Amino acid sequence: MVNVAHLIPLFPFLAFWVNILLGKTLHRASAWISIIASLISMVLSISTAQGFLAGAGSYPLGTWLTFFGQPIAFGVIVDPLTVMMLLVVTVVATLIMIYSVGYMGGDPHFSRYFAYMSLFTASMLGLVLADNLLMLYIFWEGVGLCSYLLIAFWFERPAAARAGLKAFLTTRIGDTGLLLGIFLLFAATGSLSFTDLSKANGPEWMLMAAALLIFSGAVGKSAQFPLHVWLPDAMEGPTAVSALIHAATMVAAGVYLVARCFVLFAAHPVCLEVVAVMGGISALMAASIASVNNDIKKVLAYSTISQLGLMMLGLGVGGYSAGTFHLMTHAFFKALLFLCAGSIIHGVHTQDIRLMGGLFYRMKTTGITFVIGTLAIAGVPPLSGFWSKDEILAQAFGPHPVLFITALLTSFLTAFYMARLMLLVLFGKSRSELQTHESPVTMRFPLVVLSFFALFAGLLGSPWMHHAFQKFLAFQVPYPSEEAPSKFVMGLSIGVSLLGIGLAYSIYILHRRFLPEGIRAQFGWLYRLLMNKYYIDEIYEAVFVQPFLRLCRLSFRFDMAAIDGVVNGIANLVRRAGGILRRLQSGFVQNYLLIQTIGVLIVIMTLLGKLCFQF
Amino acid sequence: MFPILSWLVFLPLGGALVVFLLPKKEVGLMRGVALVSSLAVLILSLRLCLGFAQGKTEMQFVEVSPWIPQMNVMYFLGVDGLSVSLVFLTALLGFLACAASGCILHRQKEYFILYQLLMTGMMGTFVALDFFLFYIFWELVLIPMYFLIGIWGGPRREYAAMKFFLYTLAGSVLMLVAIITVYFSATPHSFNMLELRNVTSTLDFPLQIFLFLAFFAAFAIKVPIFPFHTWLPDAHVEAPTPISVILAGVLLKLGAYGFFRIGFPLFPAAAHYFSFALAILGLLNVLYGACVAMAQTDFKKMIAYSSVSHMGFVLLGLAAMNATGFNGALLEMFNHGIITGAMFLLVGMLYDRAHTRDLNQFGGLSGPMPVYAFYLTFCSLASLGLPGLNGFVGEFLSLAGSFASYRILTAISALGLIITAGYFLYMLQRVLFGPIATNPRQYSDLQATEILTLTPLTIIMIVVGFFPIVILQFQETAVQGLLKWLF
Repeated sequence: MVNVAHLIPLFPFLAFWVNILLGKTLHRASAWISIIASLISMVLSISTAQGFLAGAGSYPLGTWLTFFGQPIAFGVIVDPLTVMMLLVVTVVATLIMIYSVGYMGGDPHFSRYFAYMSLFTASMLGLVLADNLLMLYIFWEGVGLCSYLLIAFWFERPAAARAGLKAFLTTRIGDTGLLLGIFLLFAATGSLSFTDLSKANGPEWMLMAAALLIFSGAVGKSAQFPLHVWLPDAMEGPTAVSALIHAATMVAAGVYLVARCFVLFAAHPVCLEVVAVMGGISALMAASIASVNNDIKKVLAYSTISQLGLMMLGLGVGGYSAGTFHLMTHAFFKALLFLCAGSIIHGVHTQDIRLMGGLFYRMKTTGITFVIGTLAIAGVPPLSGFWSKDEILAQAFGPHPVLFITALLTSFLTAFYMARLMLLVLFGKSRSELQTHESPVTMRFPLVVLSFFALFAGLLGSPWMHHAFQKFLAFQVPYPSEEAPSKFVMGLSIGVSLLGIGLAYSIYILHRRFLPEGIRAQFGWLYRLLMNKYYIDEIYEAVFVQPFLRLCRLSFRFDMAAIDGVVNGIANLVRRAGGILRRLQSGFVQNYLLIQTIGVLIVIMTLLGKLCFQF
Repeated sequence: MFPILSWLVFLPLGGALVVFLLPKKEVGLMRGVALVSSLAVLILSLRLCLGFAQGKTEMQFVEVSPWIPQMNVMYFLGVDGLSVSLVFLTALLGFLACAASGCILHRQKEYFILYQLLMTGMMGTFVALDFFLFYIFWELVLIPMYFLIGIWGGPRREYAAMKFFLYTLAGSVLMLVAIITVYFSATPHSFNMLELRNVTSTLDFPLQIFLFLAFFAAFAIKVPIFPFHTWLPDAHVEAPTPISVILAGVLLKLGAYGFFRIGFPLFPAAAHYFSFALAILGLLNVLYGACVAMAQTDFKKMIAYSSVSHMGFVLLGLAAMNATGFNGALLEMFNHGIITGAMFLLVGMLYDRAHTRDLNQFGGLSGPMPVYAFYLTFCSLASLGLPGLNGFVGEFLSLAGSFASYRILTAISALGLIITAGYFLYMLQRVLFGPIATNPRQYSDLQATEILTLTPLTIIMIVVGFFPIVILQFQETAVQGLLKWLF
């Protein structure tokens, strides 16, 4: 068996260099270079998966640098989690690149776009293959860079440039925590390898602090509260980018990291609890914002935050396979939803859902696939989202009542806001005079393939297949019970989904008003709170950003006035002293004689004085 | 044996003599001479690196002969792992900055003479192993630099040059006192930088402290360490582009090198005593420098303050007193030279086109200048410590080393990573992104010669980023030797 896993990121990386250096000459062809490179990666990933099933495993590659006398090796990890991620990333990336051929068709920076997409794919694949935290960190920053470059891709737009900056800085706050976590873990255990995590022993508080610091990296990357603010703004980038990076793969890297270090978290229940609680807060907060937003991409962005929160919650309640299972199904249906949104924006040239309506009949393929995506995320059986969400609910049920209710409420809101989005965009009457057209075949083909995954990927983990997928994944933590999920939880899950969809249908299609006008007016503040995203951006701006910038300006003034003031002051003092002393050098011989005489007198007096004291 | 170090040091001096003999009008020829001599130095330095035996602690390529026997002054040159990468850095930046000297438009003859004199001084400081010789080279750097800033600088050049000169001179005078004290403390009196450590490390503790502080004054001003840094923004901003490159790329390293070569090995007790204080100064450099850089509107001044911040990481690694920290500090010195050198070249290229450095005047340059945008983004990413590029490895090792010694302090310093990303990306946003602010035709993209000067530096950023071992292998043994002596 030949090990090919380490070659997987290589081809997209080469495609990056080819496209960045030869972009001008290649122009349209650069798309195909990127697509072929990621197809090769996909084939290699499949062959790695086969190799893994045949018994192949992780292997080392070499030494990167020596760290406190210990060589830090870099190697490739091949286990169920990585195999799953490899397949998800390569499949989704390839499809989205094909989609981009049509979506980015007229863009003047066509080849640069594909160069960045390839660089992203390479980094993301490196991230999931890295067998130690340091290598992971390197690729972690790599995907962050690509995210920055692609958010700010349309650099002429000031909003895009600002969004890129915000994304990079916000995630870097988490990343700095991750770096410190790496240092602390190394200080405690003397190893950074993932395989050594299970036997990590060291001072309890250090391991716990390390786990929490590592989690802070995940919070930044997966846009969890309180570092979630960058993701909605990141929607300034091309929609295909949002689909790949800000929905399906990169933002899931945080969840991947927690799953990858799961044994470390599991050894400290407090840490798991933190993961679950932060996930729960993010899930509910983002779902509530998504319920009122009117921008098709922003709704999906908040939905992503919410779903990632749900995955975190799943991991936090100990559902290792539940969280990672949802990661996979979410990657497919959320990529699908974003690509549909892209197709719609491509067709109608607006993102405001209040201006859309009735598009279903004019964009058939997009419409049908959008419906499939919506039903999948809303948790309607037997689509993929239902099975994975149900796993999370089942895990939370029982020992964690508060978290269970949070997850259930999130499921309800998810069904509601997704149904609202779908109904407002696709059905009802057209609300404005928008010109629409269906997208080209390069864009429709990926939609069809992804909706196939959204329909059926969940079946792998369904009770009908005896939870085969979860058992495959559960190599680190044994899959809890054969019987799960219970009928009760399943029924509840289907119930809230249908309730959410029904509520949206009656409000937005039947135009029913459930609450009397008076009460609705009373809840105006709630609506405003949600419309303004809980004012979190404004609070950060007032509490952190502006005071920090003031501090910077103050330090500069301090530097000029105080420190440099002292330096110049000393220089002036010397000059002035020189000015005074200069008067002695007056050039008059009489003065010199006078000083000389005084000097001689002083010397004599001193000598006399000394003599006097001696006797 | 071929005296390669003497050639490295005195070849530029020879070049200066040739330029001196040329008639004033032969500007092209002068540039040619300077370019050829600095290229020869670069080739020789590569030859030096290839011939350098990595596993050895002792000095290599040693040249020693009596010079002033009455005072026991020796002509003593040599390199070890602490200096060899800095010699290469000096040669490389010396060549590239010389190639970028086309922006010097008047009094070229004096310029090239002084420039090559400066090269001799810098190279000599890194390879001299006799205090007397070291001091001569140390001061030799000062004089040409004074004129290079004062004659070819910006509007406030005279103030900046004078400030630089007096400030550094004040530091060197204290160092001279210390050198003389050290000289007389040994019997027989000696200027030998290597053997003196056996004497100085046995001196009374208070005397060691005093001597360390005297050297500290000279080195701290050069590094520069907060609060002795205010000469730097003035000098960097006023100096012409190639001289800014040399100032930031090489001159700042002289101070940090001094700690490695003199401060720490000669006075181990003092080094231990002051290590925590150095760490605090490192923290201040990192955070304060970054905050002030954030507040800048002048592109060059921002880079100048970013140097203050980055040298803080060197101090942290130095203060760590362990192999990881020392390696990180030395690597960060090399990396900072490469990155900041490239940054100053980039600022100069923009200034040549726009005749302003006000960050608020630019905008949207990604459109008319895609190649420039690529290089500027690339170097900014290297500077803000993106993994895969060289800046990351040095900062990572420095921080890891100091984290082992001072947990909380390092955790606070790590905030500098965020602020650094902040001011670099904010700069990119103002220069490259957004709608084009002014006349786009003024912004022609980079020419072939400009690309040629930047490319070697960017290649090094990638190579060292991916394979830090390329540089680390040179210094590893020397670092171990130094640590063994310190503990």
